[in-house]
Amino acid sequence: MAGKVKWVTDIEKSVLINNFEKRGWIQVAENEDWNFYWMSVQTIRNVFSVETGYRLSDDQIVNHFPNHYELTRKDLMVKNIKRYRRELEKEGSPLAEKDENGKYIYLDFVPVTFMLPADYNLFVEEFRKNPSSTWIMKPCGKAQGKGIFLINKLSQIKKWSRDSKTSSFVSQSSKEAYVISLYINNPLLIGGKKFDLRLYVLVSTYRPLRCYMYKLGFCRFCTVKYTPSTSELDNMFVHLTNVAIQKHGDDYNHIHGGKWTVSNLRLYLESTRGKEVTNKLFDEIHWIIVQSLKAVAPVMNNDKHCFECYGYDIIIDDKLKPWLIEVNASPSLTSSTANDRILKYNLINDTLNIAVPNGEIPDCKWNKSPPKEVLGNYEVLYDEEMAQSDGPDRDLRSRSGQSTGTKGGRARDSGKPILTTWK
Amino acid sequence: MLDPDSGLSLTIARIVRRLQGSSLHSQLERQARVSLHKPEIKLESLKEDIKDFLKTSGWEKKLQNAVYSELNVFPSPCHPAAPPEHMKEPLAYMRKAQGSWEKRILKSLNSMCTELSIPLAQKRPASEQKELLNKWNEMGTDEPDLSLFRPVYAPKDFLEVLMNLRNPNYENGEQPSFRNHLGLIQVPLKVKDIPELKEDFSELGLNTGQLGIDDSAQVPPEFFENEHVRVGQKVLAEQDSAAAQQYVRQGCPTALRADLWALILNISNQPEDILYYEQLKSNVIQYDLLVDSLIYKDVKLTASNDDYYFVFEDYLYQVLLCFSRDTSVLEHFTYSSATPPKSYIRGKLGIEEYAVFYPPNVAPLCFLYHEPSKLYQIFREMYVRFFFRLHSISSHPSGIVSLCLLFETLLQTHLPQLFYHLREIGAQPLRISFKWMVRAFSGYLATDQLLLLWDRILGYNSLEILAVLAAAVFAFRAVNLMEVTSLAAAEAVLADLSTLKVMPLLQIFLFATVT
Repeated sequence: MAGKVKWVTDIEKSVLINNFEKRGWIQVAENEDWNFYWMSVQTIRNVFSVETGYRLSDDQIVNHFPNHYELTRKDLMVKNIKRYRRELEKEGSPLAEKDENGKYIYLDFVPVTFMLPADYNLFVEEFRKNPSSTWIMKPCGKAQGKGIFLINKLSQIKKWSRDSKTSSFVSQSSKEAYVISLYINNPLLIGGKKFDLRLYVLVSTYRPLRCYMYKLGFCRFCTVKYTPSTSELDNMFVHLTNVAIQKHGDDYNHIHGGKWTVSNLRLYLESTRGKEVTNKLFDEIHWIIVQSLKAVAPVMNNDKHCFECYGYDIIIDDKLKPWLIEVNASPSLTSSTANDRILKYNLINDTLNIAVPNGEIPDCKWNKSPPKEVLGNYEVLYDEEMAQSDGPDRDLRSRSGQSTGTKGGRARDSGKPILTTWK
Repeated sequence: MLDPDSGLSLTIARIVRRLQGSSLHSQLERQARVSLHKPEIKLESLKEDIKDFLKTSGWEKKLQNAVYSELNVFPSPCHPAAPPEHMKEPLAYMRKAQGSWEKRILKSLNSMCTELSIPLAQKRPASEQKELLNKWNEMGTDEPDLSLFRPVYAPKDFLEVLMNLRNPNYENGEQPSFRNHLGLIQVPLKVKDIPELKEDFSELGLNTGQLGIDDSAQVPPEFFENEHVRVGQKVLAEQDSAAAQQYVRQGCPTALRADLWALILNISNQPEDILYYEQLKSNVIQYDLLVDSLIYKDVKLTASNDDYYFVFEDYLYQVLLCFSRDTSVLEHFTYSSATPPKSYIRGKLGIEEYAVFYPPNVAPLCFLYHEPSKLYQIFREMYVRFFFRLHSISSHPSGIVSLCLLFETLLQTHLPQLFYHLREIGAQPLRISFKWMVRAFSGYLATDQLLLLWDRILGYNSLEILAVLAAAVFAFRAVNLMEVTSLAAAEAVLADLSTLKVMPLLQIFLFATVT
């Protein structure tokens, strides 16, 4: 009989620990022999750093890729996407097609973003084209809405202009680096309130890209009515949907936690806007997730000991266009309500079923192709290997923007075809 | 007995009376006048030509829809000599019971007013009016002190009243036994049995396609769903109320539902409707009613804690506050036995009448309509056609008394062991299912399932399906229920209905159970 999986974690969350225990896995300490380590992002830095020289053996799995920050740091994500777009343009790919205003037709899913202080001058140029626009400042290395603020005047970010003029020999600590993005001031409102989407995406390998989307994503609502009025730019309860912020609001409700399921959202949109535009919206959401992963795939260290479950944050504007706001490497495992706890428990359960097949001691040489039955609430989002095996002539067919059925390696376990014919 | 011909002419006379002077009437007149300029209208055959014109331009269809709507809503006249109360409710003891129930509600309201020293109605000072106007769209963020307000009554109080209804002409001296009715409702109203229900609800049968069953992931859409959507689009294009009502018996595709319901309820959202809504809104701004606080409290307790409906909290206030001032709703009471308790505005403006109602179900409609005046009208029409029957005492087959009796009879006849067991442990089934039926399952089912259920309410123009579903739920959980030994345990088994799929349950209960 195979030995039991030995696990370690440095995140004391019941949704994790309960899942390990229910599989009969054995808890061990970090310095002992372990098979499975669910680590925080700080720990992964140490595990793969050159100094400690950690060598993982074939029967060890961790829950982060070594350089996940290429996707999960706001500035690096934007950098990688910009690079990806430029490369596609250079090779003349139809995906990189632009419209008459110079905007990418299929790849414009990240709001205009600049790094500060490095791109300060570029930003000013862009700002002056639209002086009445609002921009959102986000610290690169923080999470949970910390340190975010909105600006609509250049004077509000004078500090970063001074810094950009300093000598380039001064190394900027990443803690001071910010990204500034065009604020989406026309979000889709429901009941007058702003919301964003949190979707979970599991990546088991980057090359070939194999990723799964959790069917049970959710919408996070602001408790206060949305207003683009400039007098409320400082009111974070209006603008930021992070639960960490909203739960301090007067109206935060602890029963439903200001959340809707994605299927509720779908029902509402289908009822009020119609089926085609709703399908198109969800198509586009899947598209931008896959494109973002493809963008970082070339620079990702595709270590076979790794898998990762990302939390994607997406905002839909009032023209039903989805925007990628950011990707989280360590989505919160804290539960704000009972429903939440159940969702996150099941999320971890399904994740473990895919990442650690049969709950047995892992072997990193396996082909990372789990059978359909273990997917649980995940569905295959994109499987590069399967897509390519369908024939080279289907390569890089440009999207028509309409959903036409499932092809390209998309499993039909849910039955309802919801992805487009694209790769 | 009334012979069919005079019955028909009575009906025609009544409909003509109701439609005369309506906005549809003036629109038709205007259209007829406009048509005079058209070349195809000739003086010699003026009447026929105008009629043809109205037919081809779709106006005849609108008239048909209006007539159909009237037929649906109003009961057929029984006898020319029948007094009006008899038309509303033929059974005297029911009328009496409803009358005393209303008096009790009014008494409770009045005593709350005295206790809290708040008038039933008063005019707001100008500053307060301005404030309310400004936050009209976000009343949900208010936190007034509502702790002193008690709801006027809870569903269980209403159930107690229904349980105590007795027909004075019916003496049942025997002890309750299997030959009699073992349930809580002890009035001998006629309710349908399963063979009759199967006939009435024939479109829910196993051989007919249904949304809620045949659109599930495992079924290829070519089998049913695609064609059903095509038919639905055609029905909407034709703007035919009667066809729409028939169509929705098999369920509405989500994208077509809002329009189909509006067509069946004959809601067109004309400028005068929007104006009416604005007038109601200004009434809300100007006058403060005691019942407003009760509405506020009820919404805060129910919708704002609900997983699906919390988003629409603000809409609910807007709709319900306007509704409580809508005197045109009083009109529907001409065909119900209920006369609403009236409250009077204190002040120099003289006496005005405002009716007081128990807040009914708005929230699910917010999933379909986000334009306030249209949302309001749909809600109001649903209330006056169906939902008011859940809150008043009558002998109507869709009234709450009949629904309770239907539920108990179905259960006792088809699941006698379960019924007896639950009764023995002090868990009379109606005590659990009453709250589901009185709210038309709103707040208990998942929204998409609830909407599929309400599709059928509209399609069959009856609430009987609520009783059938309640019985079907018990049948579904029968195995677990047989093992419980207390009311609390039975409640626990039936606490969470959010995962239930409504249509399969109904189909199995009606068509696939061996009786």
